[in-house]
Amino acid sequence: MENQKNSQIIRTIGIGGAAGDGIREAGLHLAEIFNKLGYHSFLSFDYPSVIRGGHNFSRLSVSSEKISGDHSEIDVLIAVNAESVRLHLDELKEDAVVFVEQAYFDEVKDMGKHIIALPMADFTKEQSARPVARTTVGLGALSFVAGLTPEKNHELVSAAFQDYGGDLNGALADKGFKHVEGQNLPKWEEGTREVPRDERMEIIDSNRAIAKGFLAAGLQFYIAYPMTPSTSILHFLAKEALNPERKLKTIQPEDEISAINMAIGVAYSGKKVATGTATGGFALMQEAFSFAGVSESPLVVVVSQRQGPATGVPTNTSQGDLQFVLHSGHGEFPRIVIAPGDAEEAYLAAGNALNLAWKYQIPAIILVDKQISESSQTAILDAAKIVSGSAKPWTHEGKYERYQLAEDGISPLASPGTENAVVKLTSYEHDEFGIATDDPEMVKKMMDKRFKKSETLALELSQYDMIKVSGDLSSDTALLFWGSSKGAVLEAAKQLKKPVKLVQILWMEPFDSAHASEALAGMSKIISIEGNHNGQLSALLREKTGIDTHHKILRYDSKPFDPSELASKINALL
Amino acid sequence: MELATKSKISWCPGCPNATILVAYRKAITELCAEGKLKIENLVSAAGIGCHGKITDYLNTNTFEALHGRVVSSATGIKVGNRDLEVVAFTGDGDSFSEGFSHLLHAAERNVGISVFLHNNETFALTTGQATFLSPKGFKGPSTPGGDTDEPMNPLLILLAMGATFVARTYALDIEGTKRIMKDAMNHKGFAFVEIIQPCITFFDTREHFKDSVEWLPVDFPRQDLTAAMNKVREVSEKTPVGIFYQIQKPTFEERM
Repeated sequence: MENQKNSQIIRTIGIGGAAGDGIREAGLHLAEIFNKLGYHSFLSFDYPSVIRGGHNFSRLSVSSEKISGDHSEIDVLIAVNAESVRLHLDELKEDAVVFVEQAYFDEVKDMGKHIIALPMADFTKEQSARPVARTTVGLGALSFVAGLTPEKNHELVSAAFQDYGGDLNGALADKGFKHVEGQNLPKWEEGTREVPRDERMEIIDSNRAIAKGFLAAGLQFYIAYPMTPSTSILHFLAKEALNPERKLKTIQPEDEISAINMAIGVAYSGKKVATGTATGGFALMQEAFSFAGVSESPLVVVVSQRQGPATGVPTNTSQGDLQFVLHSGHGEFPRIVIAPGDAEEAYLAAGNALNLAWKYQIPAIILVDKQISESSQTAILDAAKIVSGSAKPWTHEGKYERYQLAEDGISPLASPGTENAVVKLTSYEHDEFGIATDDPEMVKKMMDKRFKKSETLALELSQYDMIKVSGDLSSDTALLFWGSSKGAVLEAAKQLKKPVKLVQILWMEPFDSAHASEALAGMSKIISIEGNHNGQLSALLREKTGIDTHHKILRYDSKPFDPSELASKINALL
Repeated sequence: MELATKSKISWCPGCPNATILVAYRKAITELCAEGKLKIENLVSAAGIGCHGKITDYLNTNTFEALHGRVVSSATGIKVGNRDLEVVAFTGDGDSFSEGFSHLLHAAERNVGISVFLHNNETFALTTGQATFLSPKGFKGPSTPGGDTDEPMNPLLILLAMGATFVARTYALDIEGTKRIMKDAMNHKGFAFVEIIQPCITFFDTREHFKDSVEWLPVDFPRQDLTAAMNKVREVSEKTPVGIFYQIQKPTFEERM
């Protein structure tokens, strides 16, 4: 029932401006400030596919209790331009306060109850700060409305910006605070104060969480071609690779096809490797993904969805590629597909995928999407929770056979450079030694061998949470969801008129049919919630368990679900 | 050292792919005997096409890649373990039609691998279509009226892309091919060797090359890029073979 409280106070702050105004950074710093106070955060970032100009918007929801998604109803809006006010007027709560750049005040002053001019540009100039620091003045004004003392405002802002000029930003925040202090503004009645805090709490997006999960599991190479929304993994790891202690290398090759074929070569050499891309880039990798399957290469691919088909809507989100990754690569071969729903799950998915890919010598996919790849949230990353696993070593006895027909399907793994071992890897179907074959008997044996591994894997995995069930376990109504929709569903569940069971599918392949059936069989109402047109998880559930969902709430306009909107849709079905 | 496998050779009887295999085995044997190579550190990679069958006939570490992608995979193997000696066999269909960009980028990066191009000027395994290296007028099942395109000049392109070792040899000259292979494998950096390999079934050029192949003079200026480019561009009765260009530059794996 933890996720179904109606009494929780959630506050939402919007920061809007043009691309290049540092809107994303302002949101991240604000999330860090609330993190320091012990609050939980969810920060989304909305932007078009342009480098300069165009509306950028950070939206941060905070609460002293756990929060899983951001909300559209805004308490405080910090607007660097007039457009940011106009675009978000409809989202303002009754008593919302808008701080708008002085120069645009006349344009928007009559649009709402509490629209306040804030000379962000002037204060910034006075302090000889760069224009991107304007938002810091807004953060100071926000501190007043949130109920912080001027001292706490200064202290928190200075600390959050310590790497970007702590004193300067502290001074700008003071200016913002003082400017609005005397004005008669509705302050948050609950105030904002420090709450007990787990010191491991950090603000992180799922792409970085994946990168950190890889590092925790010993990643040695990351090879990727840039494509939104996967690119920040490459950026983060490229920076990490500058630290020689990491023993990490990153490569940006000429295209996605090269990236994955190079990665398979790295895996053959014995090094832990991953690649990452958006679904369009993964479409280019199909033949090589199948190659990883037949050659039994331990390879991890991060696939971050954005709205397709084709180039689609590059900077918007989607859950439209579940069935694509489940069936990716020609031919039949076992794979791992994990679809994390938040940063903590993304971290564990990356570590688990890397370790299990080596243990079982199979390709693994981590399926995320723009919404969690680029949204930041409060998370505790716990390396101790990563499943351990490493390759079955060769005993150095007798002749080495790369594809030995072992009982559990897992052949001992040796790498080139091993004395007395001839290591033959091939994209052809092959015999145990690794020589191409078209002998039907051997072809069948090798197919069976590879699928034997997935049985062994499924058995090991059944001890972990492949499916997460929460909410009211005795309810006869269940919400079924996966991936990034988790955040909005858990937030919406706080606003439902009756308690329901919440069923999140985390592992798509292998699929835990037994637990899915246990959680969903006999329910009088199953409502699936997915960010796609066809209800792809519903189809998977039916394929694996024969269970039909009764209602589908589907969103495929390239935007993530909004908790309140989703709650009213669910309530209409309850 | 047993370098053959149990696999039965399935190239056409008399195919010069077999003489390339013989030259390669000799090169490996000699490099090991000279203490320049440990057999367990050798990876023989190949793409898809007639040339690619070579991996089945080699009792060494082998990596049979996807069509057109052997150079990318070979790059991955080399950066994964710099102690490995990585040879990538490829064909004119395999690296000049499919996957062309990988070859160019690997040359530009100066990855420390050797690429041996079996140039038979046709897609042989799919029964003789034109590749981008087939001569103008080439008649195959997909170009019954004759190919209308001028062929690419593989060595000129590789020189332009910055390959640090560029050579050509003739498959039926086993000793010469072995020597060039050894020099390429001893070269630190990206080595590219075009091996002229007549396809005796679909495009038999043995008669033409029998007398036209001519080794470069011993004093050919190997460090002169302009001289190399002019030489590989030369139109003449003779087909020059040998090492056109060889310089030292930091390799990709060193710079990483």
